Amino acid sequence: MLFTIVQNRRYYFAFSLVVIVAGLVAMLYNVITLPTNTPWRLGVDFREGSRFVLKFNQPVTEEALRSAFTAFGLNNPAVSRLGQPQDNLWQVRTTFLAGEQNEALFSRVTETVGPLDRAQSSVDSVSPQVAREVASAAVLAVLAAVGAILFFIWYSFRKMPHPIRYSLCAIIALIHDILVTGGAMALFSAILGWEADVLFLTAMLTVVGFSIQDTIVVFDRIRENLPRYRGESFDQVVSRSLVQTVHRSIVTSLTNVFVTVALLLFGGGSIRQFVAILLVGLIAGTYSSIFIAVPTLAAWEERSLLGKQQKAPHAMPAK
Amino acid sequence: MRERNLIKLVIIVALGLFAAFIVSPIPKPEFLKNLIFWQDPRGRDLQIKQGLDLQGGLQVLLAPAIQSSELVTGSLESARQIIESRVNGLGVNEATVQIQGSDRILVELPGITDPQLAIDLIQKTGQLEFVNGTRNPPQAGQLISTTFGLYQGLLYPATSQIGRPITATEIPTNVIVYETAFTGEILESNARPDASTGQIVVLFQVKPQAQASFREFTSRHVQQPLCIVLDSIVQSCPIIQDVLTEGGSIRGNYTIDEARQVATLLNYGSLPVPLKIESIRDVGATLGADSVRRSFIAGLIGLLALIIFMILYYRVIGAISVIGLIFFGLSSMAIFILLPVTLTLPGIVGFLSSVASAVDANVLVIERFKEEVRNGRTIRGAVETAYQRAWLSIRDSNLSTLIVCAILFLFGNTFGASAVKGFAITLSLGILISLFSAMVVTRTIMREVLYQQSETFEQRKVLLGI
Repeated sequence: MLFTIVQNRRYYFAFSLVVIVAGLVAMLYNVITLPTNTPWRLGVDFREGSRFVLKFNQPVTEEALRSAFTAFGLNNPAVSRLGQPQDNLWQVRTTFLAGEQNEALFSRVTETVGPLDRAQSSVDSVSPQVAREVASAAVLAVLAAVGAILFFIWYSFRKMPHPIRYSLCAIIALIHDILVTGGAMALFSAILGWEADVLFLTAMLTVVGFSIQDTIVVFDRIRENLPRYRGESFDQVVSRSLVQTVHRSIVTSLTNVFVTVALLLFGGGSIRQFVAILLVGLIAGTYSSIFIAVPTLAAWEERSLLGKQQKAPHAMPAK
Repeated sequence: MRERNLIKLVIIVALGLFAAFIVSPIPKPEFLKNLIFWQDPRGRDLQIKQGLDLQGGLQVLLAPAIQSSELVTGSLESARQIIESRVNGLGVNEATVQIQGSDRILVELPGITDPQLAIDLIQKTGQLEFVNGTRNPPQAGQLISTTFGLYQGLLYPATSQIGRPITATEIPTNVIVYETAFTGEILESNARPDASTGQIVVLFQVKPQAQASFREFTSRHVQQPLCIVLDSIVQSCPIIQDVLTEGGSIRGNYTIDEARQVATLLNYGSLPVPLKIESIRDVGATLGADSVRRSFIAGLIGLLALIIFMILYYRVIGAISVIGLIFFGLSSMAIFILLPVTLTLPGIVGFLSSVASAVDANVLVIERFKEEVRNGRTIRGAVETAYQRAWLSIRDSNLSTLIVCAILFLFGNTFGASAVKGFAITLSLGILISLFSAMVVTRTIMREVLYQQSETFEQRKVLLGI
């Protein structure tokens, strides 16, 4: 099957296209429906939110408090204790809650968590953060990073014919991964109400790093093999390089998946969304290096985007 | 060759043990802590420093109360320095005061939840003292304990809880406590630089009600140093030249800028630029303590699964890689402690990413090694070839990530995106350490083990997972 990836690229391209279009639709849907007009629902880090200080008359548990807020429709409440344990003073930071709903929330908390000392409890809204600036700075940073990577790969592969193609194919794979991950987030955002926060930003940055690493490893093998197998056609050498690196790709992805899945299953609730997004990004990164970056490179060489279907799969010597 | 490898191995083991010692909870001797002279004296506890998002605290954003066009160049930076010394004077550990973006100052006070403290920070003047420096004249920049400071509960180098007076019995015998002669209260707030006599001096005036005692003190201490101390940090120690009553001038070979700074310091009530509090955020530890604990355990489970997989799948070389990875983990932690790197949530993610890179480097080498053995190379030949060939991939892929990190750091720094910055720092440090552990540590152990037993392995390749 590996020998035919490059030949059958039309199917993989089509698959990615479907995934990306689905993601784009979700993003578009969010832009239209969300009050912020953003592709994702923005978390407390990126817009105004509410902060509750709750004084209870008796000890309560963090979990009860968290679930009371979640049941009220406030996702991801950040619950923390203020002062000494015997103070029964808690702080909950949530997404923005309209002022008229405050009392309803307080009575809900009293019912489900414990009697509240209303006089000493308060709610105030946190002023808008610099994080909006942070977000735009991050986008700029990613763009600059893409530019630098373009140049770096071009320099590393300068002795190959058409080094700029390697750069551009790596960038195409990178954009693919960003779109898939961003699309998945948009989908989760629309359906489950997930919010983009600083952790989402870091997940995206991680995906960028992994995507490029994965692609470079395969490209590096092509660089090594091209002069060695001069008799073979470009896509034969490319297929050979894929076969030779596929073990490493699988093992490395597996080890990453071990840690992320463990975090997903056993980790604290508040980082699960982050881990899920990271997992999507990691899978996209491995997929794109094999099924997007390399076939695109071959397509360019053959000057045929979708591959020549009539071409029979090459007979390759057994390993 | 063999001897050189053995020497390397000994050095690696020593480094690994040292890192393990730094990371371990074993109490460290005081002299060791003082060896890390580049760290703030009060933060030298050889512990991982947790960021505000992990331990909770107060985040205060300050902005100038004037139009940004009226802002004088450099005034924001001096305001930042003043606030920093105030915060340090309050005894808050690991506080950070940074300029964010073009015109904001971000103050982070870990472990503090009282918003009043933040307001005091801006509205109260810095604590100015005139300290008798006759005995052991202190250096400028030195943190000292003063009698007034003790009354306020501040004792250096160790600071107790904020605001509680320290009694004489609590003072360690090796700490010098300087006598506070006056506090900044005695001054009129009209100190100014003056160059009319040809020499640049700072003129100051003493309030009428304090003039008698000022005269009394100066007459007893002529030709002795009287140190200007701001929030327990010595600014300068001019010598009393004459008996003074209404005020005087401070001569210190100042440039006009330095003189202006000293004058600002004496007046102090006014920061060089008026600031307003834009927002106070009580950052509760975002994850919640139980969430952090569970995630930590989950991470360990994941890493354990990874270790078991490496050993089952790659057998002996897998085990060697795991040793290399443990070395990587320990030395990264140790370096985070020693530098120090403040760990935030994004920072931890960056570090985890570098763990993935470290694993990948090992996998690249091992897969290449297996391939070379299958192609008929001897074990020895395969080890050397595998490292040579895999190095190109490892170098290029990690270099690309390092480039990305450099750009993220640059942007994070310029735009005050501390999340991005924290991610970039831990990831790039982790990558550098992982390169060392894969290319030097694992390689050395691999040579030692595989060369010694190469015949056994040639015959029983199953031990290598082939």
